[in-house]
Amino acid sequence: MSENRLTNILVPVFAVILGIIAGAIVMIISGYDPIAGYSALLYGAFGDRYYIGETIRQVTPYILAGLAVAFAFRTGLFNIGVEGQLIVGWLAAVWVGVAFELPKVIHLPLAIIAAAVAGALWGFIPGFLKARFRVHEVIVTIMMNYIALYVSNAVIRSVLSDQGFKSEKIHPSASLRSEFLQSLTDYSTLHYGIIISLIAAVVMWFLLEKTTTGYELRAVGFNQHASHYAGMNVNRNIILAMVISGAFAGIAGAMEGLGTFENVSVKAGFTGVGFDGIAVALLGGNNAFGIILAAVLFGALKVGALEMPSAADVPTELVDIVIALIIFFVASSYLIRLVLTRFKKEGK
Amino acid sequence: MEYVIEMLNIRKVFGNFVANDNITLQLKKGEIHALLGENGAGKSTLMNVLFGLYQPDGGEIRVKGKKVNIANPNVANDLGIGMVHQHFMLVDTFTVTENIILGSEPTKGGQIDIEKAEKEVRELSERYGLAVDPKAKIADISVGMQQRVEILKTLYRGADILIFDEPTAVLTPQEIQELIQIMKALVREGKSIILITHKLKEIMEVCDRVTVIRRGKGIGTLNVSETNPNELASLMVGREVHFKTEKQPPKVGKPVLEIENLVVKDARGITAVDHLNLTVHAGEIVGIAGVDGNGQTELIEAITGLIKSESGSIRLNGKEIRNLTPRQITETGVGHIPQDRHKHGLVLDFPIGENMVLQTYYKEPYSKRGILNFKAIYDKARQLIREFDVRTPDEYTKARALSGGNQQKAIIGREVDRDPDLLIAAQPTRGLDVGAIEFIHKRLIEQRDKGKAVLLVSFELDEIMNVSDRIAVIYEGKIVAIVDPKETTEQELGLLMAGSKRKEAGVSS
Ligand SMILES: Nc1ncnc2c1ncn2[C@@H]1O[C@H](COP(=O)(O)OP(=O)(O)OP(=O)(O)O)[C@@H](O)[C@H]1O
Ligand SMILES: [Mg+2]
Repeated sequence: MSENRLTNILVPVFAVILGIIAGAIVMIISGYDPIAGYSALLYGAFGDRYYIGETIRQVTPYILAGLAVAFAFRTGLFNIGVEGQLIVGWLAAVWVGVAFELPKVIHLPLAIIAAAVAGALWGFIPGFLKARFRVHEVIVTIMMNYIALYVSNAVIRSVLSDQGFKSEKIHPSASLRSEFLQSLTDYSTLHYGIIISLIAAVVMWFLLEKTTTGYELRAVGFNQHASHYAGMNVNRNIILAMVISGAFAGIAGAMEGLGTFENVSVKAGFTGVGFDGIAVALLGGNNAFGIILAAVLFGALKVGALEMPSAADVPTELVDIVIALIIFFVASSYLIRLVLTRFKKEGK
Repeated sequence: MEYVIEMLNIRKVFGNFVANDNITLQLKKGEIHALLGENGAGKSTLMNVLFGLYQPDGGEIRVKGKKVNIANPNVANDLGIGMVHQHFMLVDTFTVTENIILGSEPTKGGQIDIEKAEKEVRELSERYGLAVDPKAKIADISVGMQQRVEILKTLYRGADILIFDEPTAVLTPQEIQELIQIMKALVREGKSIILITHKLKEIMEVCDRVTVIRRGKGIGTLNVSETNPNELASLMVGREVHFKTEKQPPKVGKPVLEIENLVVKDARGITAVDHLNLTVHAGEIVGIAGVDGNGQTELIEAITGLIKSESGSIRLNGKEIRNLTPRQITETGVGHIPQDRHKHGLVLDFPIGENMVLQTYYKEPYSKRGILNFKAIYDKARQLIREFDVRTPDEYTKARALSGGNQQKAIIGREVDRDPDLLIAAQPTRGLDVGAIEFIHKRLIEQRDKGKAVLLVSFELDEIMNVSDRIAVIYEGKIVAIVDPKETTEQELGLLMAGSKRKEAGVSS
């Protein structure tokens, strides 16, 4: 049992180390200094208060996107649509933030709930199609991503602005920003969203592991026949799983809309946060605590990378390569497991 | 060189659970050697060690006198060891030949030479009397045929030592006889066989020697000609076993299950249950006897709500339950030991403890206001594990890691414990050892004596004759006869199951 748990932790750690080593090799081959590169990365992520603030801000949506992917995955579904659910969540949050003027205690929660509902709705559609017609959720969620992107752009142009490229700024009463956090971190864009995402991680863990709803969702994820036999409503659970997953993704969008940007602008392409959420979930072993750690890693890599070109002349693309390599090594965890068991054998 | 395989003092440990404790097994060339032991005794584990799926923690393996290290199944293949697993490993959408050559495809100019392969498969099949069509799709052939494909797979790879892990558990009596002939043909051709089975009759019929293990320890090896089923049973269980369960005459009460004119279609839309009538009363066990595929599965799934039925009526204690949801039916008092324990009976990736509340998790004390109470759940699990003698390292172990027989005991414990008015038991003792079978039969009879109705479906005529108070023979979706087990014979039942009309009396229930 405990041996198993240990390998579950060791595998992602090894994957990260291998990814970093492979990244160093790529840097050497392309004629860059890996030590300078990684020092710049580390400095850019944690070097001073400002950078730490920026990193935490980036970690926030990663946690939520990772939770969204993991929640669906634990219930046997592959939600590739986190990106689209995030985009509609962002749009809904900003819309509420701009359209109303209310006391903060009502306005902020309302905006976040709007984002959750929008994401949930975007998850409901593929869930319903799967439950009712057995259409594979991967195909539908991919298509829903595009619909989200273009619908959101159209709404921003025609409703939230007058043929402009971005909405107005949200009212302060809907904002997650805080003078206090900003002053603490040397005026970074850090906002209260991190608290919401940590709460969401606890909620996901509690919901899946401690409630009857989670019991059903996990049972359906593992074995639909046995769940049907046990009297669970399989179709209802498939839809519910996608709805909850979508709600997490929608809240991730609210973090961007109410915290980081305080508005929403026309996007030329996907934000990528939703897709990175797949990697976060994978690296975090689809478990709430692991996802927080994985999100910290991804956030640090993303923010730290911005420092690499100026401090070490290393192009940011290299960080994308390192991230890709880490994902590659996590995905090939079978290989790492094999090596680990070999080691254990010889150690005996 | 007397022995082709020698497993000497093999030890295998899972965590701190000793599955194999210094077991020795020696296989002679050209013999059929039985490996006998209770559920969870460690038979599959021992054979997985021989086949390279597990690494032993102690002891040594010799093949034809040479010490070997079987690191993985490929090494086992190279040493001429083949294994037919309890759960088949075939690709449904591939043909027989494609499955057989998978992993060692013959090629011609970079392309798979399917014709050559088909020819070889056909030759092998004829040589051992397997009668397999090399071009058939796996999905289209029967379980018995699929097993033969597994046998061919090992032969194609040149195996001369074959391991069969409970091959007969999934077969009908007819198919078992055919398999026995195949095994005899194999040893005639110089192959050696290790056979795991719980059926002592089969051991007496085909095996030369038998090695008995109990709770992970080797008890000894005997010549089959010098022993008898009673001795074998007590050696493996460690106490005396009664093959025939004692029971009092039934105290039959009011009807509990009443089925009238029930029509059920199977997955392909063909009528599987055809205007069937059947009544099961409180305090009696009704056994359904029939050849596989005569509507038994559809009948049970319709009663329990797993599939919808076309027309007719199913009443439980007078209340219509036809086409209600499985949960509604469960709550009116139906327990169901399903035929396919991996598909329906268990969530294999859940701990055994969480599997014990699969239908009751939403009720107190297992949960309150939607929050699970793990203490209550695991207390219940511990109680059932103790009462039903489920051999497992602990209640947190995944159901997947339990031996087949212990998975079954866990399901039976869960269903009986809910104390349903109607208990449906489909093949309840498939894959169980003789001790466990005796135990299960006692529990079924105990339910009956408590005034519950029990509906038993089994392909084992022994079991049907032994346990039932009335036998209903099913043929082509209809109950064609109701007979009293005390007044019938296996021969008569066999004829009825084959569709021949009964002379006297009629159909009544
Ligand atoms: N991977 C595993 N991890 C932990 N325990 C295991 C594992 N595999 C088997 N066991 C335990 O080892 C014991 C022996 O299991 P095994 O499958 O060898 O029994 P068996 O003799 O084949 O029984 P059956 O007749 O029921 O198939 C069981 O108690 C089982 O729970
Ligand atoms: Mg076994």
